[in-house]
Amino acid sequence: MSTLQISQVSRWFANVVAVNDVTMTIGPGVTGLLGPNGAGKSTLIHMMGGLLGPSTGSVTLDGDVIWRNEQIYRRIGLVPEREAMYDVVTGWEFVLANARLHRLPDPEGAAERALETVEMTGTQDRGIAGYSKGMKQRIKMATALVHDPPVLLLDEPFNGMDPRQRLQLMELLREMGRQGRTVLFSSHILEEVEQVASNIQVMVAGRHAASGDFREIRRLMTERPHQYTIRSDDDRALAAAIMTEGSVSGVQLTSTGRGIGTHDGGGALHVQATDFAAFVRTLPPLARRHGIRLYEVAPADESLESVFSYLVSR
Amino acid sequence: MNGTVARLTARGLLGRRRALLLLLLPAVLLSLSAMARGLAGADQQLAVTLLGGFALGTLVPLLGLIAGTGAIGPEIDDGSIVYLLTKPLNRHAIVVTKFAVAAAVVTVLGALPTFAAGLVLTGTSANLAVGYAVGTAVAGVAYCALFLLLAVVTRNAVVIGLLYALVWETLIGQFVPGAQALSIQQWSLAVTERIVGAPAEQLGATSAVGLATAVVLLVVVTAGATWYAGRQLRTIRLTSEV
Ligand SMILES: Nc1ncnc2c1ncn2[C@@H]1O[C@H](COP(=O)(O)OP(=O)(O)O)[C@@H](O)[C@H]1O
Ligand SMILES: [Mg+2]
Repeated sequence: MSTLQISQVSRWFANVVAVNDVTMTIGPGVTGLLGPNGAGKSTLIHMMGGLLGPSTGSVTLDGDVIWRNEQIYRRIGLVPEREAMYDVVTGWEFVLANARLHRLPDPEGAAERALETVEMTGTQDRGIAGYSKGMKQRIKMATALVHDPPVLLLDEPFNGMDPRQRLQLMELLREMGRQGRTVLFSSHILEEVEQVASNIQVMVAGRHAASGDFREIRRLMTERPHQYTIRSDDDRALAAAIMTEGSVSGVQLTSTGRGIGTHDGGGALHVQATDFAAFVRTLPPLARRHGIRLYEVAPADESLESVFSYLVSR
Repeated sequence: MNGTVARLTARGLLGRRRALLLLLLPAVLLSLSAMARGLAGADQQLAVTLLGGFALGTLVPLLGLIAGTGAIGPEIDDGSIVYLLTKPLNRHAIVVTKFAVAAAVVTVLGALPTFAAGLVLTGTSANLAVGYAVGTAVAGVAYCALFLLLAVVTRNAVVIGLLYALVWETLIGQFVPGAQALSIQQWSLAVTERIVGAPAEQLGATSAVGLATAVVLLVVVTAGATWYAGRQLRTIRLTSEV
């Protein structure tokens, strides 16, 4: 049972702050590190994997500092995001080389077990250069597992996998978690994370935005205010009417309407609804009562970024 | 030293196109020497021109550049060095192993062919074959250490190495006396000069630096560059993009 402790860690590159004052504890089981591209997930994983030093703060494994501590790799297995390996060799040779680099007492046996775990024994004698993306991912996984580490770090492991490979890897990660290992993987897709991770850590723009199990994260994401863009023949009057609604927390008018029947096409109403079901139900009768014609009701950008930026400013 | 690191390095270094490039250079030296011997007979002056100008002046710096940077540069560029870095291995051991593999390659493909070329050109007369073989061997070792360090500290190691070997040592070194004192080629030539002995003077195989200075500088550069490369590898920053 191993615990990664990240304490008030920041990391900057020149004037870019990649990780900003993050504190989190990663214990046994599967943890998903969720965040959009550029959130700082890889930077954080590199610091947990000892490939990068924190600018401030500390990253430890069971109390031992990870940075510049080569012996820590007896307890950590890292699956890097990049695909490059020593591809002049076969899968078997590469995993065996990794076992030898760990100076394991029985490198052949360890390599065999690792290749069995990732189900690559059938194709282990082919050159790595000829492997598919999914096979390469599994060989990378085997190199990280070859010394049976209590901690496993994976950077975007599902990238480029087909659905079947994705399911296999998910099952493997769950199994690793059940065995009591501390497994942490990064992803920018919530659905991916919530299927595997019992614990989710959300990062946005370098900050630790939220944490919890998938239900808590889901709730944060679905019970947030919903944004709508509305066009009508009298945005100003509609804005006034909408404000009387209990399900609405904010209304913004972008270009002034010029009165009934003179909709100029450029104006719009931006509405923030706290209870989106109620809002969608009451909007049409509301407009009818005030004699306003609705041209368009569209949910604003639902991209992950906007979801996450909400989590940050929450 | 680590056997597994050595095997992986050798496979990478001698794999595919780079091996052809590495073999091409000594092949050129040997054919030139055979041609020279056939056309001009055993000519010591011609031997010094070929062994000093081509073997020591061009072949070995280029081999050192290819092997020294190639022993670690591609792994850093494509990120696969992460498989060595995430192991409980001393960083100095990784660098020393890679340096040893590169130095062995340059000795086998640089110094040995130089010895053979010397024999072809002049037999064993005036110790030219042995002199230049030892000179190219120590030069090759020093180039490997220097260029391996370059590959650890900069992505532009090949360009900077080429500029050093060809522009600094060959061009500037010929015309600016001070620059010759900072030249692996000149230090190695001092070793060659000593082995060749008295005939070196009249054949023009003389170095701008004394033997003692040369040996000290060769050792300092080789050991210092290897040590510093190991230190830099401890904190090397890998790019995170795919
Ligand atoms: N080596 C680096 N040099 C400069 N900036 C970097 C470096 N690594 C990451 N960054 C920057 O730090 C931020 C976080 O990057 P990263 O950790 O790769 O995010 P993620 O993995 O979540 O996509 C980005 O803005 C990125 O451009
Ligand atoms: Mg990333």
